[in-house]
Amino acid sequence: MALLEADSVGFSYRGGTPALTDVSLTVRAGRNVALVGESGAGKSTLLRLLLGLARPTTGEIRFAGRPLTRGRLREYRRAVQAVFQDPYSSLDPRHRIGRIVAEPLRGLGLRADPARVAAALDAVGLPADTASRYPHEFSGGQRQRVAIARAIVCDPKVLLADEPVSALDLTTRVRIVDLLASLCAERDLTIMLVSHDLGVVAELCRHTAVLESGRLVEQGDTSQVLGSPSHPYTRKLLASVPRLAR
Amino acid sequence: MSLLTVSGLSVRSGPSVLVDGVSFEVSPGDRVGLIGESGSGKSLTALAVTGLLPPGLTATGEVRLDGVDMIAAPERQRTAVRGPVAAIVFQEPLTALNPLMRAGRQIADPLRRIRGLRGEALKLAVRDALREVRLDDTDRIARSYPHQLSGGQRQRVAIAMAIACRPRLLIADEPTTALDVTVQAEILDLLDGLVTRHNTALVFITHDLPVAARVIRDTHVLRNGRVVESGPIDSLIDHPEHPYTRTLVDSARRFDAALERTARD
Repeated sequence: MALLEADSVGFSYRGGTPALTDVSLTVRAGRNVALVGESGAGKSTLLRLLLGLARPTTGEIRFAGRPLTRGRLREYRRAVQAVFQDPYSSLDPRHRIGRIVAEPLRGLGLRADPARVAAALDAVGLPADTASRYPHEFSGGQRQRVAIARAIVCDPKVLLADEPVSALDLTTRVRIVDLLASLCAERDLTIMLVSHDLGVVAELCRHTAVLESGRLVEQGDTSQVLGSPSHPYTRKLLASVPRLAR
Repeated sequence: MSLLTVSGLSVRSGPSVLVDGVSFEVSPGDRVGLIGESGSGKSLTALAVTGLLPPGLTATGEVRLDGVDMIAAPERQRTAVRGPVAAIVFQEPLTALNPLMRAGRQIADPLRRIRGLRGEALKLAVRDALREVRLDDTDRIARSYPHQLSGGQRQRVAIAMAIACRPRLLIADEPTTALDVTVQAEILDLLDGLVTRHNTALVFITHDLPVAARVIRDTHVLRNGRVVESGPIDSLIDHPEHPYTRTLVDSARRFDAALERTARD
């Protein structure tokens, strides 16, 4: 089932050249999608459109088969949540973790049930007493767990994850990728991952779309796209990945 | 004779010990990696080596850079070896570059100060420095302010500044972490070529083992301020002895393996 679709989406910032041109991408339930590309490729712009923070200039964004309109935003927010790259700037330093994690519930007009917060913290592997502490008491990896707990507290269907592990150390990266994979397996959750880290993409996503200069130059099964890339840009990305001696 | 000798280096902030008895040597032409994750003390080690520790942190032990005691020597002597002997490139080029100064002037500054170049000779040296980091559009780059350059171009300018006076030791602290993966590959190739061509010793600091494996030969793995394992990087990757080194290698192999599976399927 198509949860989220970008259909021939184009977007231009006011007076600028197009940031996205004719982008079509579908997120199906249970099939994690990776959006791969470098700075300026348009990844963040597409993410803004998918988050409903901006509207496409051409084409449309559909959610559960119907166009995403202003009136559907509440329903949409409950089903689609996000995690960002920098766990230092994405958590309000003045609030306790419990309040931070409950944010989406309050935003959606639901009860900020401490039991739900505790369950979300537990799901990301944080102890229950985390709720009464402040962000500065935690490491980067733990903060990212808090950000993930906040995103899943309202049981969304889709998690838009924007470079969720690229600010983390390698060993922490492995643990967060494992966490995301297990959340998908246990919670009927599908991830759309924005990343330039092809190793993480290969580990987590079945479908991969490659964005270059605002256009999708290649997409399909991850094994196909990364295993036998057909576009020169994809090949260049793959060749650039640092690996241990083969 | 070794270019840099670090023995029993400790860095403290009040009562807490951030670097704890670190020792290593760098000889001319060596390529040494300091590998560790957040809080391992790798960046503080680099700052202590160059005598650039922020106020409030104190170093003990011995750091000799080209014979100069970088902990005890007066500031004037320490400044005298920075630049001509050891230069440093940081993760975020924007912190190293002055936002209000054109790139050309920033590269000219150490050339004027340390090599005493003036006028036409200075102009030519700036142009050479830009060509050396493969910024071939030299005039335009020299006239640009940092914000007018891409991340990769900025890091090239920072590298040009660092190597302009031909230091015998280049310290690179996570120089590619903030860059896109294709730009990272280009910068690593550039550093590799530069240190080979000038026989510059390289101390490369990173948390990323595969990145390190691309440019260095010998490595020290740091954790919680201590060196837990040292050795040639190839044998360290093939036969890690310390459990922490093993975790690092296994983590890197996880993503390598995931990519290789896609190539097999």
